[in-house]
Amino acid sequence: MELTFTDEQILLRESADRFLERDYGFDKRQRIAASEGGTDPAVWQQFAELGWLALPIGEENMGLGGSMVDLALLMEAFGRGLVVEPYLSSVVLGAGLIEAAGTKDQKDYFLPQIANGDLKIAVAMAEPESRYDLHRIATTARRAGDDWQLNGKKGVVLDAPGADKLIVPARTAGSNGGRGGITLFLFDRNSEGVILTSSATGDGRRAAEIEFSNVTVGAGAVLGTVDDGLAHLDLIADRACIALAAEAAGAMTVLIDATRDYLGAREQFGGAIGRFQVLQHRLVDMFAEKEMAWSMVLRAAASFPDSSSDERAMLASAAKARAGKAGAFVGQQAVQLHGGIGMTAELPVGHYFKRLTLIDATLGNVAYHQQRFAALKDEAPV
Amino acid sequence: MELGLKLPPEDEAFRQEVRAFVAANLPDDIRRRVEEGKTLGKGDHVTWQKILYRQGWIAPHWPVEHGGSDMSPLRRFILQEELAAQPTPRIIPFGLHMVAPVIIAFGSDAQKETYLPRILASDDWWCQGYSEPGSGSDLASLKTRAVRDGDHYVVNGQKTWTTWAQHADMMFCLVRTDPEAKQQEGISFLLIDMTSPGVEVRPITTIDGGQEINEVFLTDVRVPLENRVGEENKGWTYAKFLLAHERTNVAEVGRSRRWLRELEKLAREENMLDDPVFRQKIIETEIELAALESMVLRVLADQSQGRQVGPEASLLKIKGTEIQQALTELMVEALGPYALPHTPEALDDRWNEEPLRPGHPAHVTPLYFNWRKASIYGGSNEIQKNIIAKAVFGF
Repeated sequence: MELTFTDEQILLRESADRFLERDYGFDKRQRIAASEGGTDPAVWQQFAELGWLALPIGEENMGLGGSMVDLALLMEAFGRGLVVEPYLSSVVLGAGLIEAAGTKDQKDYFLPQIANGDLKIAVAMAEPESRYDLHRIATTARRAGDDWQLNGKKGVVLDAPGADKLIVPARTAGSNGGRGGITLFLFDRNSEGVILTSSATGDGRRAAEIEFSNVTVGAGAVLGTVDDGLAHLDLIADRACIALAAEAAGAMTVLIDATRDYLGAREQFGGAIGRFQVLQHRLVDMFAEKEMAWSMVLRAAASFPDSSSDERAMLASAAKARAGKAGAFVGQQAVQLHGGIGMTAELPVGHYFKRLTLIDATLGNVAYHQQRFAALKDEAPV
Repeated sequence: MELGLKLPPEDEAFRQEVRAFVAANLPDDIRRRVEEGKTLGKGDHVTWQKILYRQGWIAPHWPVEHGGSDMSPLRRFILQEELAAQPTPRIIPFGLHMVAPVIIAFGSDAQKETYLPRILASDDWWCQGYSEPGSGSDLASLKTRAVRDGDHYVVNGQKTWTTWAQHADMMFCLVRTDPEAKQQEGISFLLIDMTSPGVEVRPITTIDGGQEINEVFLTDVRVPLENRVGEENKGWTYAKFLLAHERTNVAEVGRSRRWLRELEKLAREENMLDDPVFRQKIIETEIELAALESMVLRVLADQSQGRQVGPEASLLKIKGTEIQQALTELMVEALGPYALPHTPEALDDRWNEEPLRPGHPAHVTPLYFNWRKASIYGGSNEIQKNIIAKAVFGF
């Protein structure tokens, strides 16, 4: 585990900072979030040109072979910019799953398209009744000759309305809740029988409830091998948890800076309210929470490659849980310390607070990941 | 499974070396006393420190020429935390970690020759004469007076909260040498022989029943001028240097790891590990500790790139002590009704009667009471927050 940044990582951070400063101000972000699709194709193309869409993809698959720490640094910057583009869905989850589970032909075909910005993926991680358990899958896929026929429902599929293709885990053997018998399918979002109900999320993104009604896909839609999907889902979800935790740390940094500025500028009782110790200490508590969360994220990211699958899962859960706890505190206190103005939609503060809240609700909240950490501790060999 | 630290192979090998050394060299009776939470005597600390001294591991943070080492900050962290993670007596910091770096940086050659070898070998036990009844967080308001009389200072005043003064051979002490100057500018740093006439130590009993801290009364104590470190009236600078020195050890990750294991053992014995609410509290604390450990490593990485440790040290102190206090509190919760009995006699290793219940850990509730000190000493956690508010946010 190495906790100093390389020159390349410092450059990555600088290019992300430049992008946020020049091309992704808060007003623009708000316009993008309010637009019909909720994303900006020009921004996505810029991500492709900056190499960010290829960053975590392995060099053997025409990517840049970035590490988990690289990814965390980029996500941290996205957190600071409150970026709504579907990076987590398409690159972290989508490309990640194709790379982890796909055949050589599938990787060769799809990954370059994702990296150059031509293909967007959404991954159906949850079902209406599954909460955060990736193996609670009731959606079925049955063989129909050489084809497969899918039936079932997926819930809160992030970025599905704007995606070209979906990755859908479905049960091909066993019963709901079993760990085996889960197969990943990759097919067009517009396939016949895909009924998609779009919704906005509270933090300016798009998601969908999706029903699959006798959706027929060919054998080539199976990502990798049949019945073998869960281990890949687990791995990629763990990476996504660390990425989300890093994004949360970035959002917290902005809130802490904004709160500091506000305490220094807002005058009441004849002076800046930052002179009150109770407010100073609250700000320090926010800072401490963020530093603890970011430390855990860096540890998880840096240790990721050398760890067993159980260790990776524990690291991811620790990072996600720690960031969730910190995010709630920092978000709530940023609103509180801004007083009335913190409640207004006009100010960025509330939007960061909402993003932090919904990051916690994505891919497992604090309580879920604490319990998962406990279960992993008990199961894993000492 | 514990979420262990991933170290490079050569550092991991060093950690294993430390672990093996402790296994082979820690005397069984001391190990047992630490494991059972018995009160340790001065002899236990000195014996263990001399063992580490002979191994060359007692002062790795000192310069080589004074008997230290050229270990990297990471190696020192591994050594310190691995020792603390095993059932070893705590290394008493007052000589090795507090006064020695000040003597090395500002002391005279004679002071270095006189004191450093004896500190290194744990031949002298030191205590810290900082706080006074009227000067706690506002340390610079201290009133103990030192007046020149020929080649001596005559010291009058009172120090308090002086940990293990009853064992001490020497005290490093802040005294006022110029009452007219601005508070911080009239203070000097003296080394006082505890056998000097006029030094009187009176124990203070704390809420756990323990007697680690004392009042030290100084009445016409004659201290040779050569026992002043550095210049007269510059003592505050040296005191601040001391505070900034070796601050990554304030996180005390190693001992918290040992306490976490003790808590898990206790919870298992009390059938509380399956209680989901209690379990979640343990897990939350374990994750907190993992994050703290990572924060320490971030600071060490900064340090090895030549950056000064600043307000991060305050953050480590706050979070480290919060975790320690959470662990001791959870131990009490794990005990349930058996948190009630107060049996201080059972903490004495010579006590050999039947415990209330087989294996009853009599030290747990006193430890919880005792450890409330952690957020008060070394600059209270509120003072640490003031430091961060100023250093990080400019308030």
